[in-house]
Amino acid sequence: MKIRQISVFLENQPGRLAALCRTLADAGVNLSTLMLSETGEFGLLRIITPDADKARAVVEKAGYAVTASEVLAIQVPDKPGGLAAVLTALDPHQISVEYMYAFACRTGRAIMIIRFNDLDRAADILQKAGLKVINTANLFGP
Amino acid sequence: MIPHLWNDLEGTFFPESALDYMPESRLREVQLQRLKAVTALTYEKVKLFRERMDAKGLKPADVTTLADVSKLPFMVKTDLRDTYPYGLFAVPMSDVVRLHASSGTTGKPIVVGYTAQDMEVWKQVIMRTLYAAGYSRGDIVQNMYGYGLFTGGLGLHGGLEGIGATVIPISGGNSERQIMVMKDFGVTAICGTPSYFIHLIETAQKMGIDFRRDLKVKRGVFGAEPWTDEMRKYIESASGVKAFDIYGLSEIIGPGVGAECECQDGLHIFEDHFLAEIVDTKTLEPVPDGTEGELVITTLSKQAMPVIRYRTRDITAFETSRCGCGRTCRRIRRISRRSDDMFIIRGVNVFPSQIETALLKTESSLPHYLIVLTRKGGLDQMEVRVEITGEMLTDNVGAMEQLQKRFGKSIEQITGLHAAITLAQPGTIPRSEGKAKRLLDQRNLTN
Repeated sequence: MKIRQISVFLENQPGRLAALCRTLADAGVNLSTLMLSETGEFGLLRIITPDADKARAVVEKAGYAVTASEVLAIQVPDKPGGLAAVLTALDPHQISVEYMYAFACRTGRAIMIIRFNDLDRAADILQKAGLKVINTANLFGP
Repeated sequence: MIPHLWNDLEGTFFPESALDYMPESRLREVQLQRLKAVTALTYEKVKLFRERMDAKGLKPADVTTLADVSKLPFMVKTDLRDTYPYGLFAVPMSDVVRLHASSGTTGKPIVVGYTAQDMEVWKQVIMRTLYAAGYSRGDIVQNMYGYGLFTGGLGLHGGLEGIGATVIPISGGNSERQIMVMKDFGVTAICGTPSYFIHLIETAQKMGIDFRRDLKVKRGVFGAEPWTDEMRKYIESASGVKAFDIYGLSEIIGPGVGAECECQDGLHIFEDHFLAEIVDTKTLEPVPDGTEGELVITTLSKQAMPVIRYRTRDITAFETSRCGCGRTCRRIRRISRRSDDMFIIRGVNVFPSQIETALLKTESSLPHYLIVLTRKGGLDQMEVRVEITGEMLTDNVGAMEQLQKRFGKSIEQITGLHAAITLAQPGTIPRSEGKAKRLLDQRNLTN
């Protein structure tokens, strides 16, 4: 159920993000979604791509510090309260959100990428609550 | 009532300074006599020195001329660390009245001790320093050197009291208060690091205080960090304060090994207490006067911790001309650089190896790093750039900030200094062939 994400360390300096994006583009890596989380001095660029292994290898070879991690992709009903339903389902279970970002696919589905402190339990609870936790094949499939 | 012998000469003649003008032949006799005595004392009381002498087949009696000093074994900073804390002391602790300490190469400080007589000698060389810079009784002196284990604050303090000046033991920091005290207390002279004073000049400007118009400060003795003639010109033109250099190091006595006179043309070594040699940094053989080399000092009168042929790592040269002031004790040029990679920041000695130790306390393998020194508003700043590796990286900004904080804390624990930590992308710190460049000193010494 979990989706692989790669995180790249970037210094907060002009041109650093552009250089990384060029590296990925030159290698033909397509970015499905990304989020830059920064502190003012440095940032972590989190990337979701259909080929996480390749992306990681390319970025590592270019000399970046990279780490891989896992997140959940949850399809959120496209109506008011969609995200609230996800978070409410987890509320009684002491599971917290470390960060999240949104993902709009070609099909028009709204997908939240969420890093929980306990991914397995979160996936289990959300599925039991009738929410759509999407796997890799489903996320990048037609 | 008998009048004080020097009453009629007050303000013009200072008995302590008479030693600065000793006839040179007599000065060399005194040096030789004291060199023999200190060699014998150290041989008898200090195991490390005795063993090194024995290994060379030397006895104290082999010193018969001043030139014989070059036969004696050297001492280096690590000797103080290896014998930490009291291994080089030549007197029982009951005779030691003062301890000071400074940073060592691996986190342990080095410890130095003084007998009551050592304290008297220290006071006198500082008095001679102050007289040479034109200080006298009646001056109100703001001492901005740090008080505590550092030899700067208390070292200057003793000499200032010795000359009968009014001492304000303010230490460093709190710049606006420094200016307020200078103004309200009618301060006429100051002591401190030159970079801090430059910062104070700017602080005063911001407070709308003009040094020449609003303050009475006329002279300053500056040291504990490298500075240049450009800095002197800036200080003197921006504040009207005449700036004098002072040289010293804790291992020898603290400040007061040498000092500038009114000619401001090199530092007179107080040769009756300190025997100075300058040696080639590679061959360690004495170099001709006027040639640059490493300054090596032997303490001639120290009791608690006599030091024979201490390699200061400071690069300088003897001045060959006579000084216009008439002093006979020889002068060295302002210290231009060091023969090792030690750097001095805010009066504190730091070795890159200490930063390395600090980084290794946080990470199991040594990251690539670079120490960058800059000067902002007259204050030295230390930045340590640490390259992040994939192993160190976690997908958590908070955890990375924690890592950054741990590096900073570790460096502060070992050096006592704040360092701004920059986490850098891999490969962004320049590599060079052979020895990695660990230090980038960008301190523009003029601002």
